[in-house]
Amino acid sequence: MSTLAYTLTDSATMLRRDLRRLRRYPSMTLLLVGMPIVFLLLFVYVFGGQLGAGFTSGPGSRSAYLDYVMPGILLITVAAAAQGTAITVAMDMTAGIIDRFRTMAIARSSVLTGHVIASVIQALFGLAVVLAVALALGFRPSAGPVAWLAVIGLLTLFTFALVWLSAALGLAAKTVETASNTPMVLTLLPFLSSGFVLIATMPAGLRQFAEYQPFTSVTEAVRGLLSGTGAGSNAMAAVAWSAGIALAGYLWAQHLYNRRRAR
Amino acid sequence: MSSGPAITVAGLSKSFDGKVVLDGIDLTVAEGTIFALLGPNGAGKTTMVQILSTLIPAGSGQVRVAGHDVVADPDGVRAAIGVTGQFSAVDDLLTGEENLRLMADLHHLGRGRGRARVAELLERFDLADAARKQVSAYSGGMRRRLDLAMTLVGTPRLIFLDEPTTGLDPRSRRAMWRSIRELAASGVTIFLTTQYLDEADELASRVAVLDRGRIVAEGSPGELKRRIPGGHVLLQFAAPEAWKSAAGLLGPVSGDEENLTLQVPSDGTVASLRRLLGRLDDARIEVEQLSIHTPDLDDVFFAVTGRLSTEPVRVPEKEATLR
Repeated sequence: MSTLAYTLTDSATMLRRDLRRLRRYPSMTLLLVGMPIVFLLLFVYVFGGQLGAGFTSGPGSRSAYLDYVMPGILLITVAAAAQGTAITVAMDMTAGIIDRFRTMAIARSSVLTGHVIASVIQALFGLAVVLAVALALGFRPSAGPVAWLAVIGLLTLFTFALVWLSAALGLAAKTVETASNTPMVLTLLPFLSSGFVLIATMPAGLRQFAEYQPFTSVTEAVRGLLSGTGAGSNAMAAVAWSAGIALAGYLWAQHLYNRRRAR
Repeated sequence: MSSGPAITVAGLSKSFDGKVVLDGIDLTVAEGTIFALLGPNGAGKTTMVQILSTLIPAGSGQVRVAGHDVVADPDGVRAAIGVTGQFSAVDDLLTGEENLRLMADLHHLGRGRGRARVAELLERFDLADAARKQVSAYSGGMRRRLDLAMTLVGTPRLIFLDEPTTGLDPRSRRAMWRSIRELAASGVTIFLTTQYLDEADELASRVAVLDRGRIVAEGSPGELKRRIPGGHVLLQFAAPEAWKSAAGLLGPVSGDEENLTLQVPSDGTVASLRRLLGRLDDARIEVEQLSIHTPDLDDVFFAVTGRLSTEPVRVPEKEATLR
């Protein structure tokens, strides 16, 4: 077999291991998927009546807000899954088995690749559950099949990017506790974007930040696609952001992994 | 196969944050032998294993393992070795069988061969009944056995065992020794670290004593023990007269007049004991009690460094309650 074939085989082996571990540790997936659902219920039923009044007046304002907030909730789901990556990577790095992997003649990148792909699968599962709940609550997007594919593609790409970044955060953390705390910034960023309220309602400094941060580009692109108005230039920005974050996260993670001293 | 030594180390040094952990190590391990690195906690044993097994880079010096340079060709080294570290390197969330299958997959054994190898190792290490149980439910001894079994999946030519019996109960310890001997008998080279002289004595054909990052003695277990004056028989007498006559009879031996004890150098063999007691009997000297002291790591240390090892040496039997 060629080097590339070995890399693929080893990564697939690691992916199988990581997915098995996720299944054996379901409370984490439950927590990571549960959080965005709680936010969804909170924002639609507690804040939705009032926040929705900014979009439509009258009894339809809550469902108008549900339509508005869904991209934000989906990105919270992605951010939560990324937080899970940091935790599982840190758990692995503090356990003895990682030293075994490092003394074996396996594709060096396969350990991280396995984690990253497992997390992307976990995130896609989470997105499906959250979407199902939203549909049950009355979310009716007007996207066609092509737009849906674009939404899935954009979200997967952005997840991939955040997960690499989070894998690096997990490697940088010395303990599992730190690893579960640092990526919390990622779950905060959707709130500082156009995900939950109109950017125009924010004060000056925050408004500029919200306008030019990646979560806003992805939110706007997904929102455009779901509402049937198209993604426009936001799609390009979202893809560019994703590619940039993925590359930076990947390089940082590889650097930390190769530099890492034995336990 | 290469006919050179399994491991050659020349002038190896390593320090962490300015603290010297290994200081100019030279050693050679012949292929197909068991080599023991003996030393107390903190001597640098684990660091040594980590460098030899490509986990961490050496500070300076030349290290060749299984015919490959650890710096120039770490993957060549990795393909030839197996490592069982001091801390169990098993996946707690998987079952024993899944752990072994993981290793088989990473060694690219293929479906059929992998399955056969896993079944064989489960059987050999007495884990067949627990194969489908999650490892988190395993006992300490089972984890060690699984750990070693995982190391063997790829049939390595050279195995590193970092304190393989620390914390094991006496029975598991014996079982581990048996496995190690079987491996050596099949031609595998074994590099083991230990804090226990009896373990090195039991298993190794060559022993190096590591102290504060330096090798202070090297030789066969027999050679080392001959350098140790620690082996002795302690005689306890009931009466001061008996003590005096015995002291006179046995010549210049160390003793304690107040406690009526004498320390007679001895190798602990039955023949030498019989001779000693025969001499005392012939002189009609009554001995109240007798105890035999075999040399331990502290004696080795005292003999080669002139001081006691920095940490008290733990007796494995006392650890039986730990996992």
